[in-house]
Amino acid sequence: MSTVVLLTLTGLGLAALYFLIASGLSLVFGLAGVLNFAHGLFLSVGAYATWSVAGSWGLLPAMLLGVAAAAATGALVELVLIRPLYTRHTEQVLVTVGLSLAGVALLQSVWGADARVFPRPAWASEVIGVAGAQVPADRFLLIGAAVLVLLGLLAFLRYTRYGLVIRAGVENRAMVSALGIDVRNAFTLVFAIGGALAGLAGILGGMYFSAISPGQGASLLIFAFIVVVIGGLGSVAGAAAAAVAVGLLQQFVNYYGTAGAGDVSVVVLLSAVLLLRPAGLAGKVATA
Amino acid sequence: MKRLTPLVLLVVAVALPWSTLHLPGLFDGPLNSPGTLQLLALCLVFGGLALGYDLLFGRSGLLSFGHALYIAAGAYGVDILISHYGWPLWQAALVTVLAAAVLAALLGSVALQTSGIAFSMVTLAFAQVGHIVISRDPGGLTGGEEGLPLASAGLPAALVGVTNTVNLYWVALAFLTVVVLVVHTVDRSPLGRTLTGLRDDERRIAVLGLSPYRLKLLVFVLAGALAGLGGVTYALVVGGASPHVASSELTLSLIVMAVLGGAGTRWGAVLGGVLYAYLDQRLARLGGALPGPFGEPLFVLGTLFILAVYFVPGGLAGLGGRFEPLRRALRPRTRTSAAAESA
Repeated sequence: MSTVVLLTLTGLGLAALYFLIASGLSLVFGLAGVLNFAHGLFLSVGAYATWSVAGSWGLLPAMLLGVAAAAATGALVELVLIRPLYTRHTEQVLVTVGLSLAGVALLQSVWGADARVFPRPAWASEVIGVAGAQVPADRFLLIGAAVLVLLGLLAFLRYTRYGLVIRAGVENRAMVSALGIDVRNAFTLVFAIGGALAGLAGILGGMYFSAISPGQGASLLIFAFIVVVIGGLGSVAGAAAAAVAVGLLQQFVNYYGTAGAGDVSVVVLLSAVLLLRPAGLAGKVATA
Repeated sequence: MKRLTPLVLLVVAVALPWSTLHLPGLFDGPLNSPGTLQLLALCLVFGGLALGYDLLFGRSGLLSFGHALYIAAGAYGVDILISHYGWPLWQAALVTVLAAAVLAALLGSVALQTSGIAFSMVTLAFAQVGHIVISRDPGGLTGGEEGLPLASAGLPAALVGVTNTVNLYWVALAFLTVVVLVVHTVDRSPLGRTLTGLRDDERRIAVLGLSPYRLKLLVFVLAGALAGLGGVTYALVVGGASPHVASSELTLSLIVMAVLGGAGTRWGAVLGGVLYAYLDQRLARLGGALPGPFGEPLFVLGTLFILAVYFVPGGLAGLGGRFEPLRRALRPRTRTSAAAESA
């Protein structure tokens, strides 16, 4: 029983990480139609910005700086690189691919290719007893952060004017433009939100793995893509549900099956969902 | 004359190992030194791989993010059959290429149920599974993270040893020639025109009574087989297989090659592949000598790629055409100014 509890909470911790990355990706894709390969870069920017000042500023201000840096990177990428290509989606994907290659190499040249030990608050290193299982406290940090982000995002999308524009834009972008609303400002906003969430995921991921490396974002990104596709492109709630399913499946199969079987089972789940329900759990049909 | 250019280039490439020409700055040694030949062989392999990928990407509009899987299938397949089971090279290569084609048919039949970005995602996920499986070293077959060196005992004597690098160069050249012949034959055939139609408007092809699904699967399998053959050649040239050939970075670099050279053009992808592989190898060699981020090959290549997407949309192959308006603009002006002078 204690094993099941531990696996569940660890799986949920992983799911929280996936959700933080996937929700931004999903909004960006749903609204702007851009499959953002540079999302992993935002994650690394957040993590490295926090890491570099955590020693002198203390952890919390450093985290705020990391999230802000990642958000600024996201907004800047949208303004400078994505916007000039307006509706040319393939070119936009290609630019983000180039950016992910160049950006990771840039981080590597500044901070080196090796993993760096990431600081974490003292209480996150302790273990907490839950139903007989000894669960590391950082899992609760991840889950708590993800739940807060989920509630915050849903409230933002539901009750604010910008949330309304974003929801309408995901539904039908041409109609929103036709009604005289400059939907491109919403693009920048969505990139900034996605960047901030990815930065947060990078910081929390650094605490979860207790190390960061320039390539870390890219490896998490692939599972985040899978979560986005399973959840349905453009749907935050779908991304949350899919993240939980993927995180739990991966943890349980990895523990009870052979090593690597969990990762394989996630892909099997993806193909099953795509064949049975091409639009994902919730969301619009995935076409380029 | 223009039609003969590729043939002339091929003859030059075949004869190149007999030249002792020294090109300082471009290569470390004379052209026929083993180091230079190895580098050139790698460039040719990547030229072929990029053109094979362009069959999907530039010619049929299928943005697959999982092409590395079939290259890895080729490299590891031939490596495992020779190193673990002691098969002769020819049989191992034949079986491996067939296996890569079958794998492409199986996975393609699932992935092509979707289209657009979802197709990209599914192929990416499949390739990621391949990468994970290879890295985990199932049954001691793949050698895990370290990779699997090719056992030289199982190879023909002509392909073993530093002095025989020239033969590997010719093998790589033969591979590139095969890919060029296959892809250009497809280009000229009715199939090639149908694929272009598929890229531009899939519905129109369906309305004409053809099955887009079957056509896409056909080209997916063909590209998979070419990738498998490329993987076999790669394993021979490099002397083994490592998990890097299965990684998504390899697929991304194939995209970069195709776009840099000019996706969908006759020679663009080959040009892009050769140039990319050359820069990748040379920049890694020069790495320490260059300041800051320029020491990272991927930084330079990624930046070049972004610039190419913005400023050279047709790729290197489209550059010639871009200067045409300029040339035309210059010609009348000289004539009118000459007329003005005489008047």
